[in-house]
Amino acid sequence: MEMRSSLGRVRGLGSAKEGVGHWWAQRFTAIALVPLSIWFVFAAISLIGVDYATFRAWLAIFGNALAMTVLVGTLFYHAYLGMQVVIEDYVHHEPARVIALLASRFIIFVLAVSCILAIALVAMGR
Amino acid sequence: MPSIDRPLSPHLQVYRPQITSVLSILHRLTGVALTFGTLLLTWWLVAAAYGAEEFGYAQAFLGSWFGQLILWAFTFAVFYHLANGIRHLLWDFGWGFEIEQVRLTGIIVVAFAAGATLVTLIAAYAVGGA
Repeated sequence: MEMRSSLGRVRGLGSAKEGVGHWWAQRFTAIALVPLSIWFVFAAISLIGVDYATFRAWLAIFGNALAMTVLVGTLFYHAYLGMQVVIEDYVHHEPARVIALLASRFIIFVLAVSCILAIALVAMGR
Repeated sequence: MPSIDRPLSPHLQVYRPQITSVLSILHRLTGVALTFGTLLLTWWLVAAAYGAEEFGYAQAFLGSWFGQLILWAFTFAVFYHLANGIRHLLWDFGWGFEIEQVRLTGIIVVAFAAGATLVTLIAAYAVGGA
């Protein structure tokens, strides 16, 4: 039996059938971030106060560049999924919600690309 | 839109704050804070790609008392969100729903976050010499 009103159906209310994918992506990135964030804390402690050349040399080591790239990609994906949930829960005004969702997605995308590009340039010695 | 005149829950202002509700909202608050914290991470990495002068600015800010204060707050946020995230994953597997377990794991999460932040603080000053 169809429980939704005609208006609700036209406006596309109800499940978008995307919830399960979102849920799994959030959990998968969360599990990946457990070792990655612990690695980052140790790395950050070892890098306190280092100069420019030392930091670049550290980031140019393949394993460090790889771990940092994977961390950044996973972190920003997880952050986007989390911000989406928070915005959907608390921003009730529909135009504001749509703008907030699009803006957060765009800003997080730009930040992620900036980080990965910066890591790649440093790793290639540029 | 039809007007909704039935009561809409939850009426947060009539509830006494409890460890369950406070830790729950703290998970979201630390998550949002850490999302904004990625701006610092981005600045740090991009500065290293820009050049010595820009990297110097970033390091100088992070080394200042204000920068350090922010970093300590983020350190706590990371450890809290990490530990409480694992608590959430255990709930996803169906473990720990009894109220006593929820209370106990909540206390463990806060104790871990505080302890790990303290250990990190000591290690950081041992390495960096303040």
